[in-house]
Amino acid sequence: MAERTFRIWRGNKDGGEFVEYKIDVGPGWVVLDCIHRIQMQHATDLACRWNCKAGKCGSCSMEINGKPRLGCMTRMNSLPDGPITIQPLKTFPLVKDLVTDVKWNYEQNKRIPPFKPKARNADGTHRMMQEDVDRVQEFRKCIECFLCQDVCHVLRDHKAHDQFVGPRFMIRLASLEMHPLDTEDRVEKMRKEFGTGWCNITRCCTEVCPEHIGITDNGIIPMKERVVDRYFDPIAWFLGKVFGKK
Amino acid sequence: MGNGPDIHELQTIEHDVIVIGAGGAGLRAAIECSRQGLNTGLVCKSLLGKAHTVMAEGGMAAAMGNVDSRDGWKIHFRDTMRGGKFLNNWRMAELHAKEAPDRVRELEEWGAVFDRTKDGLISQRNFGGHRYPRLAHVGDRTGLELIRSLQDYGVHSGIHVHMECTALDLMKDGDRVCGALAYWRDTGRFVLFRAKAVILATGGIGKAWRITSNSWEYTGDGLAMAYLAGAELLDLEFTQFHPTGMVWPPSVRGTLVTEGVRGDGGILLNSEHKRFMFNYISPRFAPETAASEEEANRWLAGDKSARRPPELLTRDEVARAINAEVKAGRGSEHGGVYLDIASRLPAEVIKKKLPSMYHQFKELAEVDITRQPMEVGPTLHYHMGGILVDAESQMTTVPGLFAAGECGAGLHGANRLGGNSLSDLLVFGRRAGIGAAEYIRSLTVSPQVNAEQVQAGIRRATDILNRDSGTNPFVIQDQLQDMMGKNVGIIRTKSELETALGELEKFKAEAARVKAHATSQYNAGWHTALDLRNLLIASEAVAKAALTREESRGAHTREDFPGERDEWLKYNVIIRRGRDGEMVVEKRERKPGPAPLVEIANSKIEDLESGKVGADYK
Repeated sequence: MAERTFRIWRGNKDGGEFVEYKIDVGPGWVVLDCIHRIQMQHATDLACRWNCKAGKCGSCSMEINGKPRLGCMTRMNSLPDGPITIQPLKTFPLVKDLVTDVKWNYEQNKRIPPFKPKARNADGTHRMMQEDVDRVQEFRKCIECFLCQDVCHVLRDHKAHDQFVGPRFMIRLASLEMHPLDTEDRVEKMRKEFGTGWCNITRCCTEVCPEHIGITDNGIIPMKERVVDRYFDPIAWFLGKVFGKK
Repeated sequence: MGNGPDIHELQTIEHDVIVIGAGGAGLRAAIECSRQGLNTGLVCKSLLGKAHTVMAEGGMAAAMGNVDSRDGWKIHFRDTMRGGKFLNNWRMAELHAKEAPDRVRELEEWGAVFDRTKDGLISQRNFGGHRYPRLAHVGDRTGLELIRSLQDYGVHSGIHVHMECTALDLMKDGDRVCGALAYWRDTGRFVLFRAKAVILATGGIGKAWRITSNSWEYTGDGLAMAYLAGAELLDLEFTQFHPTGMVWPPSVRGTLVTEGVRGDGGILLNSEHKRFMFNYISPRFAPETAASEEEANRWLAGDKSARRPPELLTRDEVARAINAEVKAGRGSEHGGVYLDIASRLPAEVIKKKLPSMYHQFKELAEVDITRQPMEVGPTLHYHMGGILVDAESQMTTVPGLFAAGECGAGLHGANRLGGNSLSDLLVFGRRAGIGAAEYIRSLTVSPQVNAEQVQAGIRRATDILNRDSGTNPFVIQDQLQDMMGKNVGIIRTKSELETALGELEKFKAEAARVKAHATSQYNAGWHTALDLRNLLIASEAVAKAALTREESRGAHTREDFPGERDEWLKYNVIIRRGRDGEMVVEKRERKPGPAPLVEIANSKIEDLESGKVGADYK
C-alpha cells in the first residue's frame, strides 16, 4: 500500500473545480479501483460510469493525466509518480464529475442505414469465408467507449458534431459496407451526411483505441476511397488530404 | 392526496409494455414486442449496449451441427438436463434446445458476424458439458457481438430506449402489474412508466458476493421487485460459481476467464503440476469422459472415438474440484490453481482464438498467457434460480409481469452449462415478448396506477437523501459481500447459513438507516443505497433456500448433506412474500416430466444417437 494523490474534476454544467484526494493504493490496482476507494472513503456522491471493469464494455472512459483512457485498464504502476489528474471527456457536455452526456453518439448510430442482408442460399445458410470477415470482425470489436470520438479534432476542437459522425461511426459504416452479406449502399450518405471528407487522417483515434482497431487505415481511409471512387475529383481530394478540409 | 409528492407533477411516460433491463434478453424481448405491434419502452440501468451480456465470452449453444453433424436438439436437451442434475423445467429445456438454432440464424440475419468453418458456415466450439462442438462464437467476445447486433437492429425497430434509468418499484392495480417507478441517473428525478405489461430482464445477483464476475448492476433488482409485487421465486439456492475467475492481483479477483480456454485445449494443474481433474470424474459422467491424458489429447486432435477431457466437465464439478485442491494445500501461489494454454497451443493461435483473454491477462495481471499459465479460482458468476415463470409465455405468477434471461428461472435447473445462457436470452426473450403481446390482447380494461404506491416509492428513495445522518452505503455493501462469501459460499453448512440469516437481520437494520450525501444528481452513494434493498432480499432468499435444500446437487453443495438425494429431486424450493411481509419458504412437489422427454434425458448416448430412444418424438 502506497499513498497516492488524485486531482479529480468535480462539478456539473454550472461549474466546478479540481478536488484533491489522497488514498492508499494496493498491488495491481487500476485507476477505477482508486475511484471506487475515493467514493467509499471521501466522496460518496462522486459520479463515474463503469460496468464490467475488464475492458469489455467501454463505460469508464475518462481523461487520465490528459490522455483519453479506460479507467479499468489503466494500471497505477503505469503512471508516473506525482499527483494523477482525472477529468471527464472534453468532447461531450458534462453531466457531473466524470460523467458526460454521450447521447449524441447514439443518435449518429440511428442515422446509419441498417444492415440489409442478401437472400439465404437454397440450403438456408449464409456462407462467408473467415478471411472475408476478418476485417469486419476487427471493426466489430468496438466497445463504444467513445475515446476515439473524444480525441477526434473535428469533434473536439472544431465542434463539427453536425457535420461528421466521428471515427466510431466511420468504422461502423465500414463494418457494414465491408460485410459480405450486406446489400445496402451508404456511399452517397457517407459523403453528404456523415462527413467522410472531414477526417484529415491524423490517426489520433487509432492511437487511443483500447481495442487496437486500425480505425484510420483499415476503416476510414477505405471509406474515403469509396467516396472518391464514386465522386471522382482528384484536385479537391488531394487538397483535402494535404491541408485538411476547413 | 396523502402526504408526499403530487404524482400529477411527476414525469409520466406511457407504453403498452416496458422491458426493464437491456442485456440480451431485454433487447430481444423489446424487439419482439415491437414486432408484435406494441408501443415498447426499454429501460436500461446503464447506457445501451453496456449490460452484462457484453461480458459473455465463450459462445451461444445451439445444436446446428455445423462442426459435428451428429448433433441435434435431443442431444442438446439431454446435455442440459444432465448438466442441471435433472432439476430443470422439462418444457423449457426442450423449447430452448429446439429453438436456439433459429435464434442464432436470426442474429446473423441482423448483422452478427460469427467465426466461420472451413466451408463458410457458422463455426461452433467445444464447451463444458456439451457433447459436441455447439457454441456459435466470435473469438472470446461473443456477448459483445450478440448485444451489439441486437442493439443495432433494435434501434431501427421503433423501440423507445430510456438509458441510465433505474427501476425502483413495480406498480400494481389489484393483482395486475401496471407500470414501474424509476429514476433518471443524470438528473436524479423520478419517472413513472405506465404500461399494461412489464417484462423483467434484470440479470442476476452477483454483487451480493465479493468474488464475482458480475458488474455493479447485478443487484437482483428484478428478483426483488417481483418478490415485493407478489411473484414466486424458484430454486434460489442454485448460484453458479464459475470455476475459472482471475485470482491475482486482488483488484481483479473474480473477473471471468472464459471456459473457451479449456474448450480449446487448456488444462488445469495444481502446485505439483498434476492434471488433477482426472481424480474428480463423477460416476454420472465417467462413461463419456476420457480416462487418461492420452485419450483426452486424442479427442482434442479430433479422434471421434476418444472421449472428452475432464476439464470440460460441468462447471459445478470443476469448481468443486478446484476448491478441493486448494483446500488440500495444492493450490497456486495466490490461492487458485493453474490454467495452462501456453504449452498446448502455439502463441499465434492463442492470440487469434482468445484475444480478449490475452489482452486481459497482459494488461491487468502482467501475465503473458502464450508463455505462462494463468492463476484461476471459482467466482460467483450466474444465478440458475430466479423468478418462477410459465415455460411457454415467461409470465410470472403476477398477471402482466414477465421475466426472461438470468432473472427468470427453470431452464438451467441446479447448474447451467456454459453457452446455454446466451441462447436462453434469445429464446426466452422472444417468448416473453410474444407472451406479453398475447396477454395485452386479452385485457379488456387498462390497469390504473395507484398514487399511494408511487408516493411510497418516492418517499423510500428520498428518505435516504433527507435523513440527517446514517450509515455509508458502500460500507454496508462491502460487509455484506464478505459475509455472503464466508457463509453462503461454494460449500455450505447449516450453521453457516443460519449465521448468514442472523447477520442479514443486522444488515437490514443498518440499511434502514443508510444515508446518501449531497443531491440526487448522478450520486453513486444514493444509487448504491437504493440497490441495497434488492441485494438484501436476494441474499436472504438465497440463504433461506440453501438452508431448506438438504442435499448437494449441482451448484448447491451442503457439506452436512453430501451427494444428491433422490427424494429431493421431487421438489422445488419456492419463496414468496407472506401476508405480513415475512419471507415464506415452501418445498413444492414438481410435476413429473413428460415420458418421452424423461426417456431421452436418461438414455444412454448410444441409444439416443442410434434412434433406439426418442426417434418418434419430434
